[in-house]
Amino acid sequence: MSTPATDIELLANREYQYGFITEIESETVPRGLNTDIIRLISAKKQEPEFMLEWRLRAFRQWQTMREPEWANVKYPPIDYQNIIYYAAPRQAGDRPKSLDEVDPKLLQTYEKLGVPLRERELLAGVAVDAVFDSVSVATTFRAKLAALGIIFSSFSEAVREHPELVRKYLGSVVPSSDNFFASLNSAVFSDGSFIYVPKGVRCPMELSTYFRINAQDSGQFERTLIIADEGAYVSYLEGCTAPKRDNNQLHAAVVELVALEGATIKYSTVQNWYPGDAEGRGGIYNFVTKRGKCAGRGSKISWTQVETGSSITWKYPSCILQGDDSVGEFYSVALTHHRQQADTGTKMIHIGRNTRSTIVSKGISAGHGQNTYRGMVKMLPGAAGARNYSQCDSLLLGDQCGAHTFPVLEVRNPTARVEHEASTSRIGEDQLFYCRQRGLSMEDAVSMIVNGFCKTVFRELPMEFAVEAQKLLGVSLEGSVG
Amino acid sequence: MLEIDNLHARAEEREILRGINLRLKAGEVHAIMGPNGSGKSTLAQVLAGRETYTVTGGSVRYLGRDLLEMKPEERAREGLFLAFQYPVEIPGVSNMYFLRAALNAARKQQGLEELDAADFLTRVRDKIRLLGMEDSLLQRSVNEGFSGGEKKRNEIFQMAVLEPKLAVLDETDSGLDIDALKVVAQGVNALRGRERGILLVTHYQRLLNYIIPDFVHVLSNGRIVRSGGKELALELEEKGYGWLETAAVA
Ligand SMILES: Nc1ncnc2c1ncn2[C@@H]1O[C@H](COP(=O)(O)OP(=O)(O)O)[C@@H](O)[C@H]1O
Ligand SMILES: [Mg+2]
Repeated sequence: MSTPATDIELLANREYQYGFITEIESETVPRGLNTDIIRLISAKKQEPEFMLEWRLRAFRQWQTMREPEWANVKYPPIDYQNIIYYAAPRQAGDRPKSLDEVDPKLLQTYEKLGVPLRERELLAGVAVDAVFDSVSVATTFRAKLAALGIIFSSFSEAVREHPELVRKYLGSVVPSSDNFFASLNSAVFSDGSFIYVPKGVRCPMELSTYFRINAQDSGQFERTLIIADEGAYVSYLEGCTAPKRDNNQLHAAVVELVALEGATIKYSTVQNWYPGDAEGRGGIYNFVTKRGKCAGRGSKISWTQVETGSSITWKYPSCILQGDDSVGEFYSVALTHHRQQADTGTKMIHIGRNTRSTIVSKGISAGHGQNTYRGMVKMLPGAAGARNYSQCDSLLLGDQCGAHTFPVLEVRNPTARVEHEASTSRIGEDQLFYCRQRGLSMEDAVSMIVNGFCKTVFRELPMEFAVEAQKLLGVSLEGSVG
Repeated sequence: MLEIDNLHARAEEREILRGINLRLKAGEVHAIMGPNGSGKSTLAQVLAGRETYTVTGGSVRYLGRDLLEMKPEERAREGLFLAFQYPVEIPGVSNMYFLRAALNAARKQQGLEELDAADFLTRVRDKIRLLGMEDSLLQRSVNEGFSGGEKKRNEIFQMAVLEPKLAVLDETDSGLDIDALKVVAQGVNALRGRERGILLVTHYQRLLNYIIPDFVHVLSNGRIVRSGGKELALELEEKGYGWLETAAVA
């Protein structure tokens, strides 16, 4: 690992570096949302009948629902009839069979994003599913994974090739009626990743999806489903970026995780959607439902997220701890700068006996950023001996920003234990001066102090991601002090 | 290497330094003594570039440059080191990471190659030993959970690694027991050399038994009221500061 001085210096004079637009012919559906549009999306994906029915039912549910207003975020009303619900790079015939058939412009795009898709150029040990607007354009290392019985494909392919698995698990953790954004996603979801790791298999490489929004006025509604069968292990990474545009774009994703007996799923996110400019123009509205079910005894789901992008983040990766002795973890760094707003946290629902959960949340606010931690720990009557430990720390840079915490505890079993710690601090002039007296620039000093603050979360990330996350914080905080 | 002329500085509308004059040549060790509140730390912090103090008059030249024009980090990279009276904690940042970044910032300035973790380790091992500290020090967060004595020792350890040209030590002896004091003095003496200058700020004469200064200055009420050789420290020990303070007012 190089020193922060070099990492940050490389990036110091750049702002959002993923803001470019790929000039590519795009195939879109007309603006707006109705059953015709849903049928059209389903037809484009050559989906079986059950999938179309599922979508239509979700749409009917969505029509009866209202956008939630309880989150601590402010934004003008969203016109759901003015969004394009499907956009895909135009290609002749079917999805390309190999990378040689993929439009070189797309390959270049991912290269520019630092995610080369040619396997020999890839980081050894990371397989990638590349999602561009509404479709997956390539998935690497599939053959190698298939040899172990691991399915790693785009969601659309999974629907066609493994309908039985999709049917069994889709909506089993986040039902189509779960909440306004989840229902919307269920009706119109386009693509995402599907993973199935069979019994007893330890996935030998990190699996990852790189989401890219490119088209204007379109929304991205991806859906990810990961199933770890008994005793299986998988570590999954998710990254995302979008071009700089002056208008806001909607991203409403759903992620469902299912861990069966003794299985472990580790899910890491570095969310770097375009955050909008310093005045708050543009940026992604990130309304995401992520939930995992520890269905079997001794299973484990661990969420780690680094949220630096989006103009609004509304996201609560949660765990349903159903199996006895199951474990849920949530490690989060959320950074808001300029006019960004984040309302994020988790829910840990303890159902089984001796279930354990850990929550570590680090919120950093700079500029006019607003950062809210919202968490719920619920110990149901059957959760004898259950344990939770929560730690929520906020760091303020400057005096125009805000940090808020809303922890909710509900304990309905007398033998369950919960422990909650919280702190709010301001980055100290004395800390900055101490670092500068040792030769570090102001930017490096801020970045080092903030990285130190986030350390307990970063050490949960896979190596490549941890380095990436540290750099990202440095860039995102640029100009936040002095 | 350091020329301070008629330096005035204030904080929050209050004048603290009221015309300091001092010349420190390479190879010399100067001690600044004085009662609490006389402005010793303020002088040290102003030399290091702390922005909470405003320089209202005078000049400071360091290695031929206008020191007051330089940012704190530039001063540091040009070899000016301040051992803080109250070292600051930086949770989650390991000593190793911190110190390597500091060392590399200075090396970069000098056009030297940056050190990787392995090179860095070989370089710092002896210095850890010199200060009687454990290797595990490197993995611990900067000053977090350190005792007062450990913090002071860590400052001197950092100094030993960074090998500054001018070291300003602010009350490095306070709060140390006699053994720790000897260790710290050993660390400082190891740094003495023809091309280096040391400015020792201390309230007590005790440290000067182990680090023998070339010159002693007495600061009172923002001015140097008396300068002399090492004997001056002993005289102060005997007579107390009151003797000079009355002299200053007169
Ligand atoms: N940042 C500051 N703001 C206001 N007053 C200060 C500040 N720093 C120091 N002072 C005052 O200046 C005087 C000198 O302080 P200091 O330089 O710390 O003295 P010493 O180190 O000699 O004990 C004291 O009266 C102190 O209260
Ligand atoms: Mg002092």
